[in-house]
Amino acid sequence: MEASSMDPQEMDVLRFTTAGSVDDGKSTLIGRLMYDTQEIFEEKMEEIERNTQRDDEELELALLTDGLRAEREQGITIDVAYRYFSTPNRKFIIADTPGHEQYTRNMVTGASTAELAVELIDARNGVLEQTRRHGFIASLLQIPHVIVAVNKMDLVGYSESRFREIVAQYEHFAENLDIQDITFIPISALKGDNVVHHSDNMPWYEGSTLLHRLETVQAESTRNQVDFRFPVQTTIRPHQDFRGFAGQVASGTVRPGEEVTILPSQHTSQIDAITTLDGDLDEAGPSESVVLTLEDEIDVSRGSMIVRSRNKPDVTRQLDADLCWMHEEAMRQDRPYVLQHTTRRTQAYVSKIVYRTNVETFHREEADAFVLNDIGRVELETADPLFVDPYKLNRSTGSFILIDPDTNETMAAGMIRGVATDVTPFGQRAQEQPDEETDTSPNVVWEGLQIPREEREDRNDHKAGVVWLTGLSGAGKSTIAKAVEERLFDKGVQTMMLDGDNVRHGLSGDLGFTPADRKENIRRVSEVARLFFEQGNVTLCSFVSPYQDDRDRARELLPADVRERFLEVHVECPLEVCKERDTKGLYAKAEAGEIANFTGVSAPYEEPADPDVVVNTDEDDVEACADQIVEALEARGIV
Amino acid sequence: MTASRRTSEHLNWLESEAIHVMRETVAQFDNPVLMFSGGKDSLTMVHLARKAFHPANVPFPILHVDTGHNFPETIKFRDDLMERHGLNLIVGSVEETIASGRAKEEQGPDASRNRLQIVTLLDTIEEHGFDAALGGARRDEEKARAKERFFSHRDRFGNWDPKNQRPELWSLYNGRSRKGEHFRVFPLSNWTELDVWQYIRQEGIEIPSLYLAHERTMFERDGVLLPKSPYNDLRDGEKYVEKMVRFRTIGDMTCTGAVESTATTLDEVVAEVATTQRAERGARADDQRAEAAMEERKRDGYF
Repeated sequence: MEASSMDPQEMDVLRFTTAGSVDDGKSTLIGRLMYDTQEIFEEKMEEIERNTQRDDEELELALLTDGLRAEREQGITIDVAYRYFSTPNRKFIIADTPGHEQYTRNMVTGASTAELAVELIDARNGVLEQTRRHGFIASLLQIPHVIVAVNKMDLVGYSESRFREIVAQYEHFAENLDIQDITFIPISALKGDNVVHHSDNMPWYEGSTLLHRLETVQAESTRNQVDFRFPVQTTIRPHQDFRGFAGQVASGTVRPGEEVTILPSQHTSQIDAITTLDGDLDEAGPSESVVLTLEDEIDVSRGSMIVRSRNKPDVTRQLDADLCWMHEEAMRQDRPYVLQHTTRRTQAYVSKIVYRTNVETFHREEADAFVLNDIGRVELETADPLFVDPYKLNRSTGSFILIDPDTNETMAAGMIRGVATDVTPFGQRAQEQPDEETDTSPNVVWEGLQIPREEREDRNDHKAGVVWLTGLSGAGKSTIAKAVEERLFDKGVQTMMLDGDNVRHGLSGDLGFTPADRKENIRRVSEVARLFFEQGNVTLCSFVSPYQDDRDRARELLPADVRERFLEVHVECPLEVCKERDTKGLYAKAEAGEIANFTGVSAPYEEPADPDVVVNTDEDDVEACADQIVEALEARGIV
Repeated sequence: MTASRRTSEHLNWLESEAIHVMRETVAQFDNPVLMFSGGKDSLTMVHLARKAFHPANVPFPILHVDTGHNFPETIKFRDDLMERHGLNLIVGSVEETIASGRAKEEQGPDASRNRLQIVTLLDTIEEHGFDAALGGARRDEEKARAKERFFSHRDRFGNWDPKNQRPELWSLYNGRSRKGEHFRVFPLSNWTELDVWQYIRQEGIEIPSLYLAHERTMFERDGVLLPKSPYNDLRDGEKYVEKMVRFRTIGDMTCTGAVESTATTLDEVVAEVATTQRAERGARADDQRAEAAMEERKRDGYF
């Protein structure tokens, strides 16, 4: 390492966690990373040589990372250990979590601060139950990047087909997870293949080495840059003329002069200055520790939160949250815990257990209480209001811990979904609300509309309708929808267009791309389409919407007597052509494994069973396709 | 203005985290104290404490456990620092602990007062009723420390139970304790030796000249280069030699080893540390006594 390259000006930080089953070679991999990046000191090497009892040719790299004596004796790691190494561009902090099956707790702990997870799979064993558990936790804790390192490739003869097989296995179960970016790398930690240096043993693998991926992935990607949240840690009052509030910016940015609201008092003021020992700052951003002063003398103390007046979190005493139980003593609903959220502590009861998740099958189960390593969804009621954001949007203001008030032990870790809305617990649903989606009449809620749709239609001089365009990404749905909309607009028709780009910014901004989230996205869009329908519009919805069930539900939302005004349009185009077009570069990313659950690549598309219109964008041009749709609208008497 | 100062992203991140932890300590505990050895990590801690509470004064006292075997440079440097920043210094004396009969001096050729510091430290903590002791230890220093928490829970005897530590998630630190228990708090947990040196350079933190290469009379024992001092006598076969050395840690003169070095400036030290092949604590003779030396001392309440 050149001295000049150690100029720290260019270095940033990446925190990652490693997970794997016992004997997957996790410690060896970390040892390899540290060894090959020359951060392993000479004398530690000597120590390893003293301790190595086996006759292996290779160094016992695992001994580098093995910690406490008890573990050394048992030969397993049993607690989260933190390791450090750096390259000239980046400092790495590894949360090394044990692979032992009962230690979900440690996985969750390690994942809570990680921006990336390295999941180790033994090439001989493939995807195991524990792999699924780790994947679930990475998804639950919202780790944005996952690297699946298929290890011990040397023991399967560096076989490409074995690697592909494991990739397929992983992708299959990852369809149910909410992870944006999954990369697969075949390695041998023991021999050093594709860890730091490219391997000559796997010429068929053309992707990055593990270290290269770690060095180039975007850091700080778990930080919310938008919503300014400043939990006050302590007040700074050196003399009568200075009253400052010390804290670490949890998310977003702040500048002097900005109007802020103090929670819980709801008082407003302006930021006077951002003070540090090195002088006042023009701006403070995520994770910066600063002192803020305000223009006005108002009551602020530890546990207060300073936020921008136009962008406030939810203020609530009812939480809907995912909870991981971390203590041998089981959860009790008949006693309060101390809930610690940002710099605030209050009493909290677990008011309801909605369900427990089986972390290996991902199934939801009925539960009376959570015991060690249980994960599930609960509702909590707190004595004082908390200022919260969904964990998905904000790790800092979306997380909390529960503490036993008697022993002071940390009992559980929680991830907030939002304000509790009294969700029916799992198991009770079946008796009380059988099949609610289809049996609830959508007509009921509309009885009270002041101006009936028919009157609006009369004034508009056309009927309301919904045109639902479904098809693969890149098939041309939005292009055709726009062409149709222009024609209708020219004819004086009231129109509205909904597509993935506009709803995913706001309406569905909290959703990812798992099947469950996609379903929810389509449900919301369907409801919005229904609203516009009642307003007398012709609404054009262009969504991949890969599932027939979801599209059917959108149709069923329209009143039965006018359901023929829902046009399901299949925008047909061969997958190869869509891939070639790849207007947004998404197929390339999906095939490189950077996007999971991508329709057509790693997720299925169900073609419409009985579409009202089929247009083919490979054979016909945009105008011809638009013609077909307008004609169909005319044929049904809509326009 | 800070805006014009060139700083590194990773150092700013580490600084912010350490400041956050110090403020949590002051907010969650009634009577915290900062443990000070005079070494570079301690000096970094004092600098961070000043930053954390600026423009107010550092709201906790500084505790130095004096083995009586310190480098004279260390003591002078300490006293100047306290005066310059108006810090409140408390000294716990190992000499007094020995005089009072609470502990017995180790005998024999490898006698060290490292273990005795524990008694003095715990006595001082109890005497002043401190409920949190901030320390400059880092996780990268030694294997046993890799699993240490930021908020490390100690029982009434100051003992650390590695199997019974509270999980630490996100940046939520649980510092609730019962009467008589106390916490050790380690704001530099995520720093490496190189980070500390880079930070000292970035911030212009003053350090004792012992850390820079200088001529000194040394002798070698068990592969460790030790300084000539009133507390060490030569044994058979050992002899004094003049060497260009610098210290990588500053502790008790009897057991703090030096490395040969030509690094006379901070830039040179940073470059040397970046490329060094010797782990920091390797130059402390007492760690080599046993593989698990650190772990044993930690259980007993060592820093």
